Amino acid sequence: MQIDGVQFCSQCGKAASGLHEQCAANATLSPPRFCAYCGRRMKVQVSPLSWLAICSEHGESQG
Amino acid sequence: MSTPEPAEAFLARIREQVLEQGQGLDQADTLTALELDDAWLDDLLALAHDVRMRWCGPTVEVEGIISLKTGGCPEDCHFCSQSGQFASPVRAVWLDIPSLVAAAQETARTGATEFCIVAAVRGPDERLMEQVAQGVRAINDAVDINVSCSLGMLTPEQAGVLAALGVHRYNHNLETARSYFDQVVTTHTWEERWETLRLVASEGMEVCCGGILGLGETLAQRAEFAAQLAELDPAEVPLNFLNPRPGTPFGDLPVMDGKDALRTIAAFRLALPRTLLRFAGGRELTLGDLGAQQGMLGGINAVIVGNYLTTLGRPATADIGMLQELNMPIKALTKTL
Repeated sequence: MQIDGVQFCSQCGKAASGLHEQCAANATLSPPRFCAYCGRRMKVQVSPLSWLAICSEHGESQG
Repeated sequence: MSTPEPAEAFLARIREQVLEQGQGLDQADTLTALELDDAWLDDLLALAHDVRMRWCGPTVEVEGIISLKTGGCPEDCHFCSQSGQFASPVRAVWLDIPSLVAAAQETARTGATEFCIVAAVRGPDERLMEQVAQGVRAINDAVDINVSCSLGMLTPEQAGVLAALGVHRYNHNLETARSYFDQVVTTHTWEERWETLRLVASEGMEVCCGGILGLGETLAQRAEFAAQLAELDPAEVPLNFLNPRPGTPFGDLPVMDGKDALRTIAAFRLALPRTLLRFAGGRELTLGDLGAQQGMLGGINAVIVGNYLTTLGRPATADIGMLQELNMPIKALTKTL
């Protein structure tokens, strides 16, 4: 699959186009929950100093 | 009908009772404190800080928490994104033991002396108890930190196993006042939670029990909750503020007002003069950076640093820096078992 860039909102999983004001506000205190490339719900592990999100198709992201 | 006590006289009376005699406020006086006008907030916070310094001292206990088993919980706690009953974006996931130990190590490096292992369950099954046993042993072998657990409702046997493992403190929040609990949770009762807390104490573990403020409870119910906690007499009371999570029944509730949150912190300190009163989840949203400092100067003497179970917190360095600025030393490690 060709990955062109972010297509989905990582907070709500819907198409990234359009307004996501609440999602943007949530993102400061929430790790991503949906893969930005395919919109799949990710497995997310939050630790005291970091987080790790795993998409079954697009792999890991962390912060 | 009697004339209401003027605020100044009320504050002078409770100063004598709580600060000088160390006797916590009862439910009626806690409600009066919660109802004080904004003009008296600074005085209330100052009194709560004096009480904390007098009866607890200047140290602050620092803790990190981690989710060992996230999501997929059968219970319906209306604030929780980990319930399997709601359309929450949180997916079920288990943490492996090496990652658990690594998280304990990074938590200890912040200066924290407490590490709490949490699981989103009604109560632990055999698999979870085995995972917890392995995790506690592995952490104790590798990291100098006290381990506590929060695994839901326990059987007497499970409480005994955790105590024997060296779990020094067990968290089980009552969450809210008894009179409001059935508006928050319907899959189990407040009394079932109380029974687990009784078991924890009977096994010699320290009791950690608090709740979440801003669930729609009234001020009278907040005062009721403080009185119920005072009756329980826990070693620690974590205070969370609702962070409305998408997909949960409480997802559209408003964020608690910052002044109400500060007044509640002070009132709980005055009801519980000797307990560890811990800043927990939601404070970033409700209070922000300035409010966090005001809370530390208004009765709080313990913090969760870094992230929470499914949401993110302030950077641990920000909280540690704040404690240094406030001249509040981090409590040193003392192994209690």
